[in-house]
Amino acid sequence: MSDFLHIQTAHCENGVTVGLLNKQGLQFMNEPLAFGLGSGLFYIHIPFLKINGGPAISFRSMPGSIFKRTCKTLNVNVQRKKFRSELAAEKFLDDRLDAGDIVGCQVGVYNLPYFPVAYRFHFNAHNVIVYGREGDNYLISDPVMETTTILTREELSKVRFAQGALAPKGHIYYPKTTPIVTDEMIRKGIIKGIKHSVRSMLYIPSRITGVRGIKHTAKKISKWRKQLGERKAGLFLGQIVRMQEEIGTGGGGFRFMYAAFLEQASERLANDSLMGISDQFTKIGDLWRDSALQMSGIYKGRITAQSDFNKSAEILFEIAELEKKAFKDLSQLNL
Amino acid sequence: MKKEDLPQDKGALENFTREVCYVKGKDGKYIAGLSTGWETKTVALDKQWEEINRRVEKAKKNCLAGKTSSIRYYFELQLMDMSVLAGYTGFFQWQIKRHMSPSVFKKLSKKKLQKYADAFNISVNELINFNPS
Repeated sequence: MSDFLHIQTAHCENGVTVGLLNKQGLQFMNEPLAFGLGSGLFYIHIPFLKINGGPAISFRSMPGSIFKRTCKTLNVNVQRKKFRSELAAEKFLDDRLDAGDIVGCQVGVYNLPYFPVAYRFHFNAHNVIVYGREGDNYLISDPVMETTTILTREELSKVRFAQGALAPKGHIYYPKTTPIVTDEMIRKGIIKGIKHSVRSMLYIPSRITGVRGIKHTAKKISKWRKQLGERKAGLFLGQIVRMQEEIGTGGGGFRFMYAAFLEQASERLANDSLMGISDQFTKIGDLWRDSALQMSGIYKGRITAQSDFNKSAEILFEIAELEKKAFKDLSQLNL
Repeated sequence: MKKEDLPQDKGALENFTREVCYVKGKDGKYIAGLSTGWETKTVALDKQWEEINRRVEKAKKNCLAGKTSSIRYYFELQLMDMSVLAGYTGFFQWQIKRHMSPSVFKKLSKKKLQKYADAFNISVNELINFNPS
């Protein structure tokens, strides 16, 4: 507990991965690397499903997948557990902490007292590290926050047993063994991570995922004004911008984070072409930011003509083409 | 994005935390920068809250007019969806929809009302005697 170091990251799951693995002695781990090894970059526009009444869009892979894949690739053995009973969950946590372990916990943010109220939605796939306890006060390292914080036993149980979609059910996880990770393993992991991302962005046979998913959203956007009216269409665009830019994404819908990963990959693999592709992703991230600006003009009510919606769609089409090229380039590298 | 271009606007995170964004430092290498917020996304969040408040107001009106039960109001007030309320109460979603009708709500047992009160973190009294602030 005493040697735990709080590390702030953009995204909670990356942060928990970095924190837990650092504690296991894997000091090289950092957020972009965890994100790349875990193939976090993605795009999906889930049809029919609505989140807070808006479109369900995600710029990253399934919750839990980054930690899972990063650990798998480094041969880290992970123990995880879910619970029916709150008491059993509390006891298990206490036992682990008293044994000197630090653990990751999945929590809901609605009842998280240290979060600003404006951010407290019923979102259940948030992750924190519990790194110790003083009686009934639990020491919490929430990776998206600048500092550590404390939750009481009741507060922690409440968020660990939040209800709704992706209910955590007391989900607790931690690395069981301290592995020896060689540079060779990291290099192999990087290549594996890149290949996985190429596959999920280019080759999933579906209209709603990856590069084609971005085009799918673009097509929808040009129809929204007519289908939903200006107010609601604006809200929908606002939802896209929030999924893309809100705390946790590192800006530009995780694209800057991925560029940072490729920069590291280029160094570790001594491959200059990767640096070139990293630059492509930086440009793509910048373009996502431009797209957010354009969309904000609409939901601020400044520009609301059909041509403005079309402009938004065009930017997304352009992004889709650029991402397609970047991933094609990645797939053609001889790694 | 370059470090000097990272927006430092006011936002809902003020006094809570700054957020990490990945930006290019002076030497062209990526670093983790800290941002207080970006107006573009702050407005998106504000708009979302306007929409929530609109829904809450509507539920309040309908409830006072006897068109829906107070379950609907607290449901909207606490940003829930059906799966959330079903999770906290243990009822099926179709049951909750029924309980939102005033005529059914009137006949609910004390035990069922208690479940809703617990889910909303209010007293049964507040649930029955609808008097929103």
